[in-house]
Amino acid sequence: MRRTKILAAALAVAALATGPALADRFDDGQSITYYNALNGKVVGFVPIAMGFDLTEGWLAGMQRQADALGYTIVVRDPNWNTEAGIQALGSLIAEKPDLLIVHNNDMHSYNRMVKKALDEGITVLQVNQKVTTNGDAFVGADWYEIGVQDAKAVVKACGEGSGKSGKVAFIQGVPTSPGSAIVLQGAEDVFAEHPEIKVVANQAADWDATKAHAITSTILKQHEDLCGIVGFWDGQDVGTAAAIREAGKTGEVFLVTSGGGQRAAACDNIANGNFSTYVSYDVEGQARDLNSAIKILLQNKPETPAGKPFALYTPLKVFDKSTMRPDSCWTVDELKQFGG
Amino acid sequence: MSTGQSKFHFTQERIVFAIAVALFAAFSIFLDKFLTTQNVISLIQSVSVLGILGIGMAVAVIGRGIDLSMVATMAMSVAWLLLQVGEGVPLGVAALYALGFVVLIGVINGILVAYVEIPALFATLAIGTMVYGFGKYSLVNVDVVYMPETIGWFGQIGSGRIFGLPTAVLLFAAIGIVGFLFLRYIKGGRFIYAIGDNPQTARITGIPVRLIIVLQYVLSALIAFAAGVITATAVSSMNTRIINSTLVYDVILVVVLGGVGLSGGRGGIRNVVVGTLLIGTLLNAMTIMDLTYTVQNIIKAVILLIAIIVDTVLNPRDEQTAQQGDI
Repeated sequence: MRRTKILAAALAVAALATGPALADRFDDGQSITYYNALNGKVVGFVPIAMGFDLTEGWLAGMQRQADALGYTIVVRDPNWNTEAGIQALGSLIAEKPDLLIVHNNDMHSYNRMVKKALDEGITVLQVNQKVTTNGDAFVGADWYEIGVQDAKAVVKACGEGSGKSGKVAFIQGVPTSPGSAIVLQGAEDVFAEHPEIKVVANQAADWDATKAHAITSTILKQHEDLCGIVGFWDGQDVGTAAAIREAGKTGEVFLVTSGGGQRAAACDNIANGNFSTYVSYDVEGQARDLNSAIKILLQNKPETPAGKPFALYTPLKVFDKSTMRPDSCWTVDELKQFGG
Repeated sequence: MSTGQSKFHFTQERIVFAIAVALFAAFSIFLDKFLTTQNVISLIQSVSVLGILGIGMAVAVIGRGIDLSMVATMAMSVAWLLLQVGEGVPLGVAALYALGFVVLIGVINGILVAYVEIPALFATLAIGTMVYGFGKYSLVNVDVVYMPETIGWFGQIGSGRIFGLPTAVLLFAAIGIVGFLFLRYIKGGRFIYAIGDNPQTARITGIPVRLIIVLQYVLSALIAFAAGVITATAVSSMNTRIINSTLVYDVILVVVLGGVGLSGGRGGIRNVVVGTLLIGTLLNAMTIMDLTYTVQNIIKAVILLIAIIVDTVLNPRDEQTAQQGDI
């Protein structure tokens, strides 16, 4: 009898302690509606793949908010395989989540699935790369602007008034991918306004550091007075930097690259001189933008699918050794603790 | 292969070598700064890792096998090594663990091919996928592992210079010489040729066929590890995404192009070097010419196709001696 009373008392205390006890919570006019709108919802997330800096960073930030506000994130990881991604999207659409977050690898592969999701009345948020069809929201970098910022940094270091040769090389990734093609367009448009800049080489390294190393090594031998290199991804440009280092030209050849801003890839490589300038699309900030967009879309479900799409283009962080700050970069562990 | 006749025999190796020399000569004349010491060294350095992987693949192919798990082994073991050192594990211990992992993969490959008698193509393909999955799941959960500063002298292996030559080139030469001596003068190497030529006869004459097959795959795995160390220390990182790329097929191309027949028992290190030099010359020249990516792929494919067609025309398949391997 005594044991049952203790058990009952313990259960009563536990019931009072668990969950956002919404009935007792102060309602400032919007807060209760807010919590109710978000609690119990299901958000589907189909990345290109998990296990690399962008998606791990986003998920770390998104998961923190999901845990705090009581909704679940369902991740289907196709591991770089477009076919598997299409199937994953198909199965998620069938489960009718409240919000579907799609991370595209290019502008076309998931086009049909995004349309299908919108037709089924599912809210669609696209991240970092969008297909030609608009979803309800887009969070990510403006690739053209990344190219513009890359080129501007190179013009500052190699253009008129710098006393350098003005010779510049491009080390692209996979030329047909938007992360390469659109960035190239932005950079070329800026260079078109600066006739003193001569593009002496335009090669592709397949996002592979070893290829970038070999290509840069050859280019440096062909053009002894090369002034700058526009690299297209930090992961590949450690190879470019290694080739510059082997030629003894660290500091002489200006290397600008871009990426998500993870500390090991970005700030460490700026600090040790591998990269001269870094254009970060700030995954930490993107996680925050993603969380904001999720909150908005879950509270205000659009009446017509993609009727009023909105976009949160990431403010790029451009820094070099002198302008780098402690908060210029992030790590996944930090995002798991404080991010989003 | 050579029948002792006085007529000069146009083997595939000689054809590919001739094409490589012709291309080299043409580029030297028409391309500015192609025939400089620095550029030639750069040319060899850019294909050193491919060449080392080719040596490992050749050891497997000569024994009438093939090792499609080399790239997965290379990437996962070295990524794990870098990750461990980054987490504070002493370099020696981390290297031992990585080596143990690599030897284990080689042994499993060998057992599957020799004892369970699964064709090498399927066994190594499956093990490659398994290594990637297992590695991603429990060893290395990020795709790019950066080389930690604490790695010390180890980081110089792929990026230093000795006597003015890049260490990658010297290591390619060293592994090539060791491979050549092993295949020519060590019993194990001669047995690999015997097994590649005719496994049944080899078995009857008393060669421990199955053990030698296991040895073959352990060697290719170890060579893959060496290649991985060189490439990781050259670019201060290991990108495990290369497992998804077509690198392993480039390695097979280098081996087959150079004249190591896929049916086994023929070829040697020289063939791999010839194949590597052709590819290296092509890639270097096309970069100098600043050709676009798609044009480069087309030219590479066409030249390699020409080399194989010329060989098929000059050395037609002889049904009496042609071997039906398991590939």
